[in-house]
Amino acid sequence: MKIHEYQAKALFAKYGIPVPNGRVARTAGEVGTIAADLGGKVVIKAQVHAGGRGKAGGIKTAGSFDAQQVAGQMLGTRLVNHQTGPEGVPINSVLIEEALEVEREMYLAILIDSATGAPVLMASEAGGMDIEEVAAKSPEKIIKVPIDPGMLSFQPFLARKIAYGLNLSPTIVRQAVSLINGLFSLFKSQDCSLVEINPLVVTKDGRLLALDAKVNFDDNALYRHSDIREMYDAKQEDPLEVEAKSKGIDNYIKLDGNIANLVNGAGMAMATMDTLKLAGGNPANFLDIGTINDPARVVNAFRILTTDPNVKAVLVNIFGGMSRVDVIATGIVEAFKQIDIKVPVVVRLRGTNLEEGERIIAQSGLKLIRAKGFMEASQKAVAAAAGKIS
Amino acid sequence: MAILVDENTRLLVQGITGSEGSFHARNCIEYGTKIVAGCTPGKGGLIWENKVPVFNTVEEAVRKAGANASIIFVPAAMAADAIFEAADSGISTIICITEGIPTSDMMAVHSYLRDKKIRLIGPNCPGVISPGKCKAGIMHPEAFSPGKVGVCSRSGTLTYEIAAMMTEAGIGQSTCVGLGGDPIVGTPFPEALRLFQEDPETEAIVMIGEIGGNAEQAAAQYIKEHVTKPVASFIAGSAAPPGRRMGHAGAIITGTAGRASEKKKVLAAVGVKIAESPTEIPQKIREAMALHKSKKGR
Repeated sequence: MKIHEYQAKALFAKYGIPVPNGRVARTAGEVGTIAADLGGKVVIKAQVHAGGRGKAGGIKTAGSFDAQQVAGQMLGTRLVNHQTGPEGVPINSVLIEEALEVEREMYLAILIDSATGAPVLMASEAGGMDIEEVAAKSPEKIIKVPIDPGMLSFQPFLARKIAYGLNLSPTIVRQAVSLINGLFSLFKSQDCSLVEINPLVVTKDGRLLALDAKVNFDDNALYRHSDIREMYDAKQEDPLEVEAKSKGIDNYIKLDGNIANLVNGAGMAMATMDTLKLAGGNPANFLDIGTINDPARVVNAFRILTTDPNVKAVLVNIFGGMSRVDVIATGIVEAFKQIDIKVPVVVRLRGTNLEEGERIIAQSGLKLIRAKGFMEASQKAVAAAAGKIS
Repeated sequence: MAILVDENTRLLVQGITGSEGSFHARNCIEYGTKIVAGCTPGKGGLIWENKVPVFNTVEEAVRKAGANASIIFVPAAMAADAIFEAADSGISTIICITEGIPTSDMMAVHSYLRDKKIRLIGPNCPGVISPGKCKAGIMHPEAFSPGKVGVCSRSGTLTYEIAAMMTEAGIGQSTCVGLGGDPIVGTPFPEALRLFQEDPETEAIVMIGEIGGNAEQAAAQYIKEHVTKPVASFIAGSAAPPGRRMGHAGAIITGTAGRASEKKKVLAAVGVKIAESPTEIPQKIREAMALHKSKKGR
């Protein structure tokens, strides 16, 4: 789960990580008050779940007199860049912060290294840039310090390795050790999957601060952090995905193609998308329907898939293991009863209780396009989407 | 021979009295798996379905019923505890089916198991099947047939699909292992490959990977240095966009290494035959085996 920068900074403050003075605002009026309180120059930052805000016009500097006007032009619009897709994400709030005089920009993060099964501290003197790009072009600029879980608690030498690696002056080293200690404490106690400060800055008056803050949480651990769960902002997500979740379909991701697909199993769903592409098509979504024991979930999935106006065909690709094919078949028949499905539907069924499933479909008299093979199913879906078969 | 589980496996089911645990225990017994004990705290003394003794602790199950492997079906919040208990009680092969275990719990497990001679499969996996010998998992048995090709995979359903395609093409399997879809798993590809390489019954290996992380890169490195048996692979997620989690917690492209194209490239570079779609696996593994034979013959 992602949260906004202002929420991440509130967490930072709680864990003793210095952040600039500032407050969040939802209206231009509030912005005016906050800017006046802060005095002097302020930075206005769009609060959206996307990076690359600066280039997309989501970060602006203003004086306390014109902050209200600048923020007013931002609030209520959508931020669009390569990370958000063409629809963008809504700017419903902005963070107003004091503008600082920055001497150095660096990068600092804690993430999980799945190869070692342990967290790793990552830092770079190249701050404020896309860290992926730094890693690709000049990997020597990245410092990695693995944190052995066997140490039970965080040890300051790990932070010192980072601080000296970043060539910080002696007074700043002390601040850095305290900051990194706080960051790890946050990472561990709140079940974060990522904490990232980009940039981490040294100001001209010799302070170390988190100018930006990104915190992601492990979805699997949210059950033990109700306060974190409350920070979820559904407005930042695709509305169809939010609706799918509300209907118990957790693994639906909207894509930009025109062939919808309904599959059981994440690997199968990805392989179905791949095969659609190989057959010359373009998937409209990823959907792992999981283990099905209720036909109603199939109906809900059809409802979500056919709501997407781009969809020209639906492919159902099921290998019943724990999910029974007869339950899926009942769901398909039920979906046609409850929803006005206007696009051709290709169905491939295999696995547990296949015969019963086939009998249910045959008895319904529905006009479905049937396929036996994996590739054959994708090819037929591509042809159906192009209007060549129905 | 096979790897991980065979006719000598004496399986314990942790969570046997739950709905998932009992459903799958029944299916495993039907397949011929020797389930010698169940464990559910508070239900000790019960004989599950008049067949299997249930114990309060794993330690008791090991001591009294001689369990040497365990399959775990307990809910995510208690699953790490169940893995620790199995490991601490002397179980050497632990298969954790449970999905949704917090990553920090798995980091603790991983750290505890690091220097021990204990094999953990999963979590978030379908388990292990050695066709004709033992099924310690939730897979649909009809897809599998005994043979000489080992299969290891990060995905569940896709493994059944590919095993079924192999079975239809007359290519049987020595053992099929679902490694799990989480970012941290007990047995990543290199370890699974080592087990197949060392198993005299396995002649070739099918590896089913997916986007996210760099497990396939580690596999390529291992293959280059240690694997002499032919390998074919399919990597799921070529059509997946970056930054989005595709169902599995580990299936998210966060950097260049996470892309399917990158994984295919590094695997192909060490001689692995790459299938562009799952349907190509039977043909690719045959090609790999034929090539291997012709090299050997020379």
